[in-house]
Amino acid sequence: MADKADKKIRVLIAKPGLDGHDRGAKVIARALRDAGMEVIYTGLRQTPEQIVDAAISEDVDFIGLSCLSGAHMTLFPRVVELLKKQNASDIKVIAGGIIPQEDIPLLKSQGICEVFGPGTPTEKIIEYIRTHSK
Amino acid sequence: MSIYAHIQSSVKMEIVEKLRTKDRRAIAKAITTLEDNYEDSDRLLHTIFKHTGNAHVVGVTGAPGVGKSTLISSLVKEFRSRGKTVGIVAIDPTSPFTGGAVLGDRVRMGEHSGDRGVYIRSMATRGSLGGLSKATSDAVKVLDAAGFDIIIIETVGTGQSEIDVVRAADTIVVVIIPGLGDDIQAIKAGILEIADIFVVNKCDREGVERAVSELEMMLDLKEKRTWRPPILKTNARLNEGTSRLADAISEHYSHINRNGELEKRRRARYSEEIRDVVNRRIGEYMYLASGKEFFDEVLEKVLRKEMDPRSAADLILNEIVKFDLRKSNKKN
Repeated sequence: MADKADKKIRVLIAKPGLDGHDRGAKVIARALRDAGMEVIYTGLRQTPEQIVDAAISEDVDFIGLSCLSGAHMTLFPRVVELLKKQNASDIKVIAGGIIPQEDIPLLKSQGICEVFGPGTPTEKIIEYIRTHSK
Repeated sequence: MSIYAHIQSSVKMEIVEKLRTKDRRAIAKAITTLEDNYEDSDRLLHTIFKHTGNAHVVGVTGAPGVGKSTLISSLVKEFRSRGKTVGIVAIDPTSPFTGGAVLGDRVRMGEHSGDRGVYIRSMATRGSLGGLSKATSDAVKVLDAAGFDIIIIETVGTGQSEIDVVRAADTIVVVIIPGLGDDIQAIKAGILEIADIFVVNKCDREGVERAVSELEMMLDLKEKRTWRPPILKTNARLNEGTSRLADAISEHYSHINRNGELEKRRRARYSEEIRDVVNRRIGEYMYLASGKEFFDEVLEKVLRKEMDPRSAADLILNEIVKFDLRKSNKKN
């Protein structure tokens, strides 16, 4: 029985901030499920603290953040920072939603691994997660 | 990463000590180590096992949509106000087609986020059909060793026969809602038989008294026993009735503690668990003992109708019996 024999990729999909649009997040959750992953869905209006708490408890490999309210520059780096504080930087953070092009390099410099804008084929996200999971 | 790698990369501490501090990462890594069956999972179980047996394990089951998650969240609030720590294992189904799952039970338990006295873990069934996952009882052991006073198992939304929870929990709470009408009759033989406590949730709905009296009638039909399951009305969304439910859960625990039923249940639980592991390991040893080529050879014979499947299985079992486990390094 080799190590990681039964290993499943686990992904937390969370919506930080105050916007109530979770259709995109649900589409992603469904697509990842259909790709054989275990998706923990935490619902709307999560604080970065709640998200990190859930991600650590659930021992996920990835956190997928979706934000359409424009508050991503505050909320996303806060999640990365809290993970670092909890000695959990091995959990990778990816993001989606309405993110202006010029913000992407800034987010990446603050530890967000990848940003997927509107219209990204779900296969691309699945592929990214598969190749970047340990 | 297994718990051992995690412990090495953080503070040097004994695993049980680390779990006892209710360190979320340690608990989470320990559960993953067992669920994903990492190489050191046997060692971990060996280490924690003697520290288990102190928690009261409560199973909450019922059809999809009756409000199990909301009820548990409200119950946790009640237990916390009584100074009890609570661990939760919430099970959702794995898709039989893709192997994936969406686990959404946390959505209704958000208010306990950040409370160190509460730990919530979502698990997918991963092919188990009895309403739990294969690793549920292992996750319960980790939470038990971590010192949680009460451990709540939320089963998948159940129909009539997903009753694995009987083997996993000390106290079973079966949740129904009003308006099922004759459906109660229909499911009578299924999950209703395993209840230690009945909850009629969403009790603001029409038909609640009828649901209660139908359950009472059903209980009247049963022969005398020392514990008659109470039927409690709750409205979990508004935290109504959960205080009484918490009382009933504690009362049931004292009751089975006193009359020896708890010991009987635990005996049955471990007996089943040992059998399960033996069955699983026989499957694992199959290739080790006889080799994949041997299996394929036998399979070919069956395909050519030279041998029937049962004789083929006997042949392979024979190889396993001859196989010396101690000589083989089974983990490599």
